[in-house]
Amino acid sequence: MAYTLDAKIPAGELSQKWSNHKAAIKVVSPANKRKLDIIVVGTGLGGASAAASLGELGYNVKIFCISDSPRRAHSIAAQGGINAAKNYQNDNDSIYRLFYDTIKGGDYRAREANVYRLAEVSNLIIDQCVAQGVPFAREYGGLLANRSFGGAQVSRTFYARGQTGQQLLLGAYSVLNKEIAAGTVKSYPRHEMLDVVIENGEACGIIARNLVTGEIERHGAHAVVIATGGYGNVFFLSTNAMASNGSAAFQCYRKGAGFANPCFTQIHPTCIPVHGTQQSKLTLMSESLRNDGRIWVPKKMEDVEALRAGKKLPSEIAEEDRDYYLERRYPAFGNLVPRDVASRAAKERCDAGFGVNETGLAVFLDFKTAIERLGKETIKQRYGNLFDMYEEITDVNPYEQPMQIFPAVHYTMGGIWVDYNLMTTIPGLYAIGEANFSDHGANRLGASALMQGLADGYFVLPYTIGDYLSKKIQAPKVKTDTAAFDEAEAGVRARIERLFAIKGNQSVDDIHKRLGLIMWDNVGMARTKESLERAIVEIQALRKEFYADLKLVGTADSFNVELEKALRLEDFLELGELMARDALNREESCGGHFRSEHQTPDGEADRDDENFSYAAVWEYKGIDNVPEMTKEVLDYEFIKRAKRNYKD
Amino acid sequence: MNFTLKIWRQRDAKSQGAFETYKVTDISADTSFLEMMDILNNNLIHEGKEPVAFDHDCREGICGMCSMHINGHAHGPSQAVTTCQMYMRKFKDGSTIVIEPWRSAAFPVIRDLVVDRGAYDKILQAGGFISVRTNSVPDGNAIPIPKKDADESMDAAACVGCGACAATCKNGSAMLFVAARVSSLAKLPQGKVEGARRAKAMVAKMDELGFGNCTNTGACQAQCPKSISIAHIARLNREFLCAKLQD
Repeated sequence: MAYTLDAKIPAGELSQKWSNHKAAIKVVSPANKRKLDIIVVGTGLGGASAAASLGELGYNVKIFCISDSPRRAHSIAAQGGINAAKNYQNDNDSIYRLFYDTIKGGDYRAREANVYRLAEVSNLIIDQCVAQGVPFAREYGGLLANRSFGGAQVSRTFYARGQTGQQLLLGAYSVLNKEIAAGTVKSYPRHEMLDVVIENGEACGIIARNLVTGEIERHGAHAVVIATGGYGNVFFLSTNAMASNGSAAFQCYRKGAGFANPCFTQIHPTCIPVHGTQQSKLTLMSESLRNDGRIWVPKKMEDVEALRAGKKLPSEIAEEDRDYYLERRYPAFGNLVPRDVASRAAKERCDAGFGVNETGLAVFLDFKTAIERLGKETIKQRYGNLFDMYEEITDVNPYEQPMQIFPAVHYTMGGIWVDYNLMTTIPGLYAIGEANFSDHGANRLGASALMQGLADGYFVLPYTIGDYLSKKIQAPKVKTDTAAFDEAEAGVRARIERLFAIKGNQSVDDIHKRLGLIMWDNVGMARTKESLERAIVEIQALRKEFYADLKLVGTADSFNVELEKALRLEDFLELGELMARDALNREESCGGHFRSEHQTPDGEADRDDENFSYAAVWEYKGIDNVPEMTKEVLDYEFIKRAKRNYKD
Repeated sequence: MNFTLKIWRQRDAKSQGAFETYKVTDISADTSFLEMMDILNNNLIHEGKEPVAFDHDCREGICGMCSMHINGHAHGPSQAVTTCQMYMRKFKDGSTIVIEPWRSAAFPVIRDLVVDRGAYDKILQAGGFISVRTNSVPDGNAIPIPKKDADESMDAAACVGCGACAATCKNGSAMLFVAARVSSLAKLPQGKVEGARRAKAMVAKMDELGFGNCTNTGACQAQCPKSISIAHIARLNREFLCAKLQD
């Protein structure tokens, strides 16, 4: 049965929708909040800010994270910054401009109302974080500093050196600690959600595994919030942290929650290139580097060959022999085009044979001009820690020679479908931050992930969840000895037993690496009908191999990292196929989703608004069955959609 | 490159641990230390043995999860990097590398190289925050903060909470960790309001959790992957004394 999707977008003027909605939704009295329990899974920017805010309101909150402390969630790795429409630079920024840039950056595949709300609350986030003691960069006059990011012509990005995500997370974690100390939030570190429990069609709790003891636990609540980030690790190699996974979201999908636009994956243009087969992780170089760095490859093939043979240093290639291809192709935005555009342009040059390293899969990011203009000291102040990190990893000094970079998987715009209240298709089950699909369309702009996580957690969910919980004020504590919990726990135990019983020959990593290659080669930066159909067949075969040949060591009732990884891989093996199916269905190119069949004569994405102006929401039908897709049609009431143009 | 690894193996908190010796071969110089551990673990799994448990996550030196004592140094012989940011080119081909968990009374071993650093969370819960409620805040630019103060606050805030300071200290003191948080907030006007209460509460919690006292050896600063300066300890002491004098 297809979904009946109601996005619950409030009526009225774009700028009034959120205010009107807040006025219309119900609130819960303080006395009743004390009686209501909420589970928040994940403690990154979304989860930590939501849990802390809900705790402050007086709800009983339980938080779960897979790391040893909430502070270590992958939000911490965001380097460059967070956007807000403060207009502190007096460069004519506004809520409308941030909204417009975000929706255009997402190639018109996000909801207008959600994106406008995101821009609207962006300013509150900066105020909130400053008050928490986040040490944002400041100017000599003591006021907040800004820098520029891709996809924008104004300077609206706030930052804390190259560690903005860390500092924002420490801010959210600190108010979370305040609530833990106050007893409104109870923390369960080293716990992994393995299933969501549904009773009478509503979310009522989770099954979690204590990762230290292996115990399977039941936790009941009146609402469950999924804040577990994205699923980029389906590609094995990505910039995501090693433990980042799509499993919590996938359990929701398995239990009936719609999964929207799974194929929308962001490939980040500035990562350190892959060095060999022993690699487990890719490292991002912040987008902020594109403020001052210029991207180029040689114009002449003989220079490319000389570079690869080590006969020439990049600094020895004359200015007129360099092809600053982003500046050439996109004069208006230059090196600051959005990520999808920059990544594809790098791929185009490398496919044409101009890749600058021995694998042919790298381009240069050069600071020579900036160092000449600003001096080495200024560059060091701005990017010192990133330059140090680059040198540590590659043994090359980026003050003297350009960095080598190449695109890598970084973020997933797709995720659990949510309505305007951030509720999934299952009542009482919410998804926030990267785990949902709602705000970035087909491509996310830099410095907007942090913005969305904190917008959802601090300023949206705490209000909208009250509307649902107002119906629960008479509800008793959720009992965990019910048939629904019995069944969910039995399912988790059976899953674990099944994996141990295989006793095959391949490790989790052996299989995961192969899945990653299938994904990168066929569902990566450029996709075709043939490649996607091939991916589906190959993933299905690999999944069979997984169930026949997995070698899992250790026991279920102990600290067992291999078991954790095996369970996550099992989900990735289904999620990868879902991504390929979604990409196959979407016969257009938009944002990060590029179908080679659909491009303009000059190689740009050819979007098809007539036929694909919708979010594709998938419904699970069983492991080997084709899922069913329902369309949420995207109405553009306020913006006139145009072909994305970063040229003039 | 080839290496001999002597690694601490311990089944759980209650078991007795011991060193085991392993060999890894054909390691590229560009491989990171933790990728080398991944290779070892994959080999062990193929031999039907349990892999070495170790904490890690972002592998970009920022999450603070990785925590290995390598050849007698927290996070290994390189200065100012976490374990995950060390590359095998830093080690001599053919050498023996000794890998242990953090050794600190307040960080009990969970398994192999994984320890429980929950004590650090508890210290921060005692007062490592500004009591601000969502939405009850002034404009971000309402209070100008001198750039120098904001920069110093950021220097201290760079702490990743990895535990290397306490694991390195011969007294098992967590002073650098506590000082980094206290100092980061003390340098900002919005953090000063609760300054006295914060310093006292965090120090009291640190003592209660079994961390030792600081005797100014500076070992923590030398091993800190984020080069947090012990000058922050001086600031903590000042904050603490002022707070006590106000009692």
